[in-house]
Amino acid sequence: MNILYDERVDGALPNVDRAALLQALRDALPDLEILHRDEDLKPYECDGLSAYRTVPLLVVLPERLEQVQTLLKLCHQRGVPVVARGAGTGLSGGALPLAKGILLVMARFNRILEVNPQGRYARVQPGVRNLAISQAVAPHGMYYAPDPSSQIACSIGGNVAENAGGVHCLKYGLTVHNVLKVDILTVEGERLSLGSDALDSPGFDLLALFTGSEGMLGIVTEVTVKLLPKPQVARVILASFDSVEDAGRAVADIIAAGIIPGGLEMMDNLAIRAAEDFIHAGYPVDAAAILLCELDGVEADVHDDCERVAAVLTQAGAREVRLACDEAERVRFWAGRKNAFPAVGRISPDYYCMDGTIPRRELPRVLKGISDLSAEYGLRVANVFHAGDGNMHPLILFDANLPGELERAEAIGGKILELCVKVGGSITGEHGVGREKINQMCAQFNSDEITLFHAVKATFDPQGLLNPGKNIPTLHRCAEFGALHVHQGQLPFPELERF
Amino acid sequence: MSMDRDMSQTLLEQVNQALNEGTPLRIQGSNSKAMLGNPVAGEVLDTRNHRGIVSYDPTELVLTARAGTPLREIEAALHEAGQMLPCEPPHLGPEATLGGMVATGLSGPRRPWAGSVRDFVLGTRVITGHGKLLRFGGEVMKNVAGYDVSRLMAGSFGCLGLLTEVSLKVLPRPRLCLSLRLPMGRNEALAELAEWGQQPLPISAACHDGETLYLRLEGGEGSVQSARQRLGGETLDNRFWSDLREQRLAFFTDAAPLWRLSVPTITGELEMPGQQLIDWGGAQRWLKTCAPAQAIRDQVAKVGGHATCYAPGATSSPPLPVALMRYHRALKQQLDPQGVFNPGRLYPDL
Repeated sequence: MNILYDERVDGALPNVDRAALLQALRDALPDLEILHRDEDLKPYECDGLSAYRTVPLLVVLPERLEQVQTLLKLCHQRGVPVVARGAGTGLSGGALPLAKGILLVMARFNRILEVNPQGRYARVQPGVRNLAISQAVAPHGMYYAPDPSSQIACSIGGNVAENAGGVHCLKYGLTVHNVLKVDILTVEGERLSLGSDALDSPGFDLLALFTGSEGMLGIVTEVTVKLLPKPQVARVILASFDSVEDAGRAVADIIAAGIIPGGLEMMDNLAIRAAEDFIHAGYPVDAAAILLCELDGVEADVHDDCERVAAVLTQAGAREVRLACDEAERVRFWAGRKNAFPAVGRISPDYYCMDGTIPRRELPRVLKGISDLSAEYGLRVANVFHAGDGNMHPLILFDANLPGELERAEAIGGKILELCVKVGGSITGEHGVGREKINQMCAQFNSDEITLFHAVKATFDPQGLLNPGKNIPTLHRCAEFGALHVHQGQLPFPELERF
Repeated sequence: MSMDRDMSQTLLEQVNQALNEGTPLRIQGSNSKAMLGNPVAGEVLDTRNHRGIVSYDPTELVLTARAGTPLREIEAALHEAGQMLPCEPPHLGPEATLGGMVATGLSGPRRPWAGSVRDFVLGTRVITGHGKLLRFGGEVMKNVAGYDVSRLMAGSFGCLGLLTEVSLKVLPRPRLCLSLRLPMGRNEALAELAEWGQQPLPISAACHDGETLYLRLEGGEGSVQSARQRLGGETLDNRFWSDLREQRLAFFTDAAPLWRLSVPTITGELEMPGQQLIDWGGAQRWLKTCAPAQAIRDQVAKVGGHATCYAPGATSSPPLPVALMRYHRALKQQLDPQGVFNPGRLYPDL
């Protein structure tokens, strides 16, 4: 297991005297809730990536900004690492604790501070759940667009830290496109506002830099999100194909016809069968692939676009094109897709969800590559795909109780991500690097690029106390565990000693 | 396309020479946006020989081009495929380049509805202050690996590194575009815009000159026609919006210095000396005034915005809070330790 923090390659962490730290925190912050007994710490040992666990040194659950500020100052003075956590739903281990660090849980900051429909924004605390924002502004006919699949539980602070996406990104963008301003506390406990209430702000775009920085540059304390008017109507078309190549081409044809669907999802046969077995969405279980295409907007336009898309799909070789006849059927079509992960969970004791992105034209090649890897490693892989924006979620099926299967699942997962990089894509579209993909970072970036990332980090946190070990690997880790494939006859990181 | 050239190695050599000799560089394309920021004393590094579209596949919605590529060349290629740069970047000169568009981060009338330049940046190649040509982001829509250095480059005025190549997300042009003029006062216009903003109307630009509200509708035939019937008014030539974007409207000919005020969308009428033109549905105000800079900045700061002067040689960028400025200096120090890239362009000590 080379994913857990390893001081030998990830860098030495300061040794902290837990009892002394606990006493110091109690003295400085008498009203702060601090968990320190083993049975209280245990529930916080992992986030959504539950295969990896570390019991934190201490857990703190602040409720007021001043508490966070004092805590950070104290940790900064004493050289204590701090890992921030929102709702703990992240899938890449971004909030995986450190045995030598404090876990700072921001979940109690759960108030919506302001909803301004005229200004089309809402100001919220970082622990507010993603869906709670849309629910709060629904009476005004508005919503917050990014909708990661964990939206019922995930917090907006975590969304900012991960630059969360969802199924509507192609049309409505990621978190970075839907946030106006983020208030943060630096590692020294200093308050900064990044972005502004206007559409831009002077100086460098630190808001863009901060979004997706995985808690490495500061702690989110308040977020001002953009609100959009709810589309009048949304309609869904289900198309089935005899080959994934045809389905992939159909996606390109829809875009070429000048249509940007609100959502455009693809599932392969294994995913279709698992979902149908679970949800009974009415999916054709013998299809090689299905596409779900959602068109939203003003009624007249949606009506026209539905006709256009249906024609394009038929032309592209769809053997069946079905328009959901009413809202109930639309919800049912989506239910199959939205429950694809738990559905796969029913046909396999365990599954491992990947998150690579590729240029869409590479889809047939990548699916072929995945199928070859699947045969080589003897593990089934179901494919669910945000087809519109090239974000793949291969689900690797395995049984953790069988010796060696988890390791094989991790190995094939790593190979799939390296394949994504090879065709010009990325190791993560929306789940983040966290600890999970820390080794694959070495396949996507060279040592100079990684060095520059460390320089960015040093700007905000020279001592490396915020979420150490996440997002950016050390060069030593790359030398030891990084994708050691020989590229064009050259070993990666030839300048580094291997040990 | 015969002028397409990859000069990245030459640019890299130039930067490395500057690093060796400690010579500051003044990065420039066609200088179409030279009126922004402070003058830079340094050796000119011209990006225009490094030009050409590297890849463009309309069905991927991604275009990659070298920094010195003229914007008009990029827009022509997109136009031919029925696509566009949604942020509608101002050229402000016939030879404006892609590099200048990204480095200044200026967006046109569609910005509040479609997004800014940085919103469409997917990836960059950058020559750094350590003399390396590096790649960040990529050619895919979603990519959260590492820090978002590409988007950081947008609007950084070349102070953090030399952009050599940019990948942009592009979008299909709307099927129908129709512009309207509606006579009404400033307050009424701002109130109507705030109301319409909460509804799914296909508005893609909104400008007010003191007497008339100018609107652009973009979308499918159905939505545009029904909005047009609901809103009334007279139709207007669509070229109005490129004239606004390129500062060719009569308003811009006034001799007084031009200011750009970026304010929260809901800011009401701003009483300021001089002429005003409202853009971005209220979020951007153009001001022609001889009023003292400090008075303008103070008044705009009070409503939560900031003011930038477009007059050549005028005072520099809007001031930053002390703490934020410290992190700007630290970032500059980390990415450009020798201070060779556009020193002083954005702020005197950056």
